[in-house]
Amino acid sequence: MAPDDAVAQAIALHADRPGGLLPLLHEIQDRLGYVPPHCVPTVAKAMRLSIAEVHGVVGFYHHFRRSPPGRHVLRICLAEACQSMGSRELLDHARKMTGTDLHGTSADGAVTLEPVYCLGNCACSPAVMLDKQLVGRVDAQRLADIIEHCRVGA
Amino acid sequence: MMSRVFVARDSCALSVGADSVAQAICAEAALRGQAIEIVRTGSRGLLWLEPLVEVETPEGRVAYGPVAQRDVAELFASDFLRGGRHRLGHGLTEQIPYLARQQRRTFARMGLIDPLRLDDYVQHDGYRGLRQALAMGPGAAVQALVDSGLRGRGGAAFPTGIKWKTVLEQQSATKYVVCNADEGDSGTFSDRMIMEGDPFLLIEGMTIAGVSTGASQGYIYVRSEYPCAEATLASAIETARAAGYLGADVAGSGLSFHLEVRRGAGAYICGEETSLLESLEGKRGMVRFRPPLPAVQGLFGKPTVVNNVITLASVPTIFANGARAYRDFGLGRSRGTLPFQLAGNIRHGGLVEIAFGLTLRELLYDFGGGSASGRPIRAVQVGGPLGAYVPESQFDTALDYEAFAAMGAMIGHGGIVAFDDTTDLAQMARFAMEFCAIESCGKCTPCRIGSTRAVEVIDRIRAQHNVPANVALLRDLCETMTAGSLCALGGMAPAPVLSVLNHFPEDFGLTAPSTITSA
Repeated sequence: MAPDDAVAQAIALHADRPGGLLPLLHEIQDRLGYVPPHCVPTVAKAMRLSIAEVHGVVGFYHHFRRSPPGRHVLRICLAEACQSMGSRELLDHARKMTGTDLHGTSADGAVTLEPVYCLGNCACSPAVMLDKQLVGRVDAQRLADIIEHCRVGA
Repeated sequence: MMSRVFVARDSCALSVGADSVAQAICAEAALRGQAIEIVRTGSRGLLWLEPLVEVETPEGRVAYGPVAQRDVAELFASDFLRGGRHRLGHGLTEQIPYLARQQRRTFARMGLIDPLRLDDYVQHDGYRGLRQALAMGPGAAVQALVDSGLRGRGGAAFPTGIKWKTVLEQQSATKYVVCNADEGDSGTFSDRMIMEGDPFLLIEGMTIAGVSTGASQGYIYVRSEYPCAEATLASAIETARAAGYLGADVAGSGLSFHLEVRRGAGAYICGEETSLLESLEGKRGMVRFRPPLPAVQGLFGKPTVVNNVITLASVPTIFANGARAYRDFGLGRSRGTLPFQLAGNIRHGGLVEIAFGLTLRELLYDFGGGSASGRPIRAVQVGGPLGAYVPESQFDTALDYEAFAAMGAMIGHGGIVAFDDTTDLAQMARFAMEFCAIESCGKCTPCRIGSTRAVEVIDRIRAQHNVPANVALLRDLCETMTAGSLCALGGMAPAPVLSVLNHFPEDFGLTAPSTITSA
């Protein structure tokens, strides 16, 4: 979908809802994978807000991205419960396997690495989330399988 | 004969392969020409056994777990559909000690029913509480909640009935009920389990809150890290609306209550109630000054009940069984039950709903079975990332809001994260401040700047650079943050740091605790 169409549809769906800015931004990111900075003035106008206000909201929340991610997003939980089961080491593996650091994308565009602080799977730590799929009891082998899946998949 | 097989659809179960196990069971049954029905339920909360497979027998459900896809053919060969013996078998689910020793009230239905079948919910005592609350009328209903002794389960433990009473007393044509489902504390997942495993319970609790305080619109603010919970709630709300439990005429009462799910966007601070309200209004999640309290001027400036998922999910049971029955559980001023969550480096991680008064040691060893790594448990962090690291010498403290507060710790949302003896607690102390710096909303200086400075000071101590002076500086900074921050993020981020300085000074390269202040 063309970015401008996605933004127009998001505005049509959410601009008139009370407190509609977050649902609107989610709609854009769900469709495009990120919130393109160039759409901020359009959103601001539709919401009768200043550009600074919308920019401020996009920037405040960790969930919203301002540039396109790779084909897959791999979020590694770095909160305490997962740390107690080795998520720091898991992150080191992920860095080596993808050749990128947190918030970066592997050179082949397959996977973006992001930190997350708790996925609510703390009894099956360490946990990661691949796109919208939660994975528990992750070890180095499982992580390698996940990253390989990102590489060969679409 | 048709066999009924139960496999959880909770995201924890899915995260370790429940879907592929359920599919393998279907395929194997078809291959063998055996008629089965697979019911996808919430999770029993015996999370180390997930994927848990249960089979209905005349004696009750028999449990097998953790089941992998490759075990399925073998289970059939062992006649598991009739409860046959197998190395993964645990006998009758209800008799597994972990479950049998609990006092499940809020989680009474968890794992028993298909969470999205309203008929099942109603047959298992669902909506009895709402009918009772409607029969009582707002004044008596709110008084009953005060009498139950229920305190906010999100962490702050404020008396829920008093909050509702304040909202009821406000003269306003518009009032709101907001459910705080921004369960961001590491080591906690009870909110998620309710939303995914018994969503009508939360919906009923919010409806009771609405009709008892005069609010006709509710919002559930779910964190973006919980996509399954969001989808399950949205579907359950639609079903409740179609059945007349939500909408313009709630259960034939003539009262209206509308409910909507809103998604957070990855900000830990939005678990703080005023920040959550800002976020619901479509703004940056900046903490508000108080007063005014949200009960007086909350969402869009209107009187608002803001309660955590477990608080609201406790309400239907209180009304269905009576306030006194709930109050009879617990210790001191901590009444009722709390769903504790055993997490991190623990052998038997899962959900333990039990009356207040149990000790940490009982939870960690009798329920948890010790560490997952088999090494000694060195410390546990109770109450999320702002909770103290509790040393073994304090494991015999009773779990009670006041007893934990007295030792500079907190029960919070009931999350308990275990760490073994390989843990570098100075690194965990650093992480507490690093996390605070990442998640600070930036409104007040002690939290915004203090957390960043604390990380730097901790780095200097860990590098053994001018240690006595830097420890004194760190304690001073902690005191400033504790006393000077606007909300609990900056105000409590020092708790884990101070607990490490006091109880695990050797991790900072210190021989004895420096001056012990609070925590």
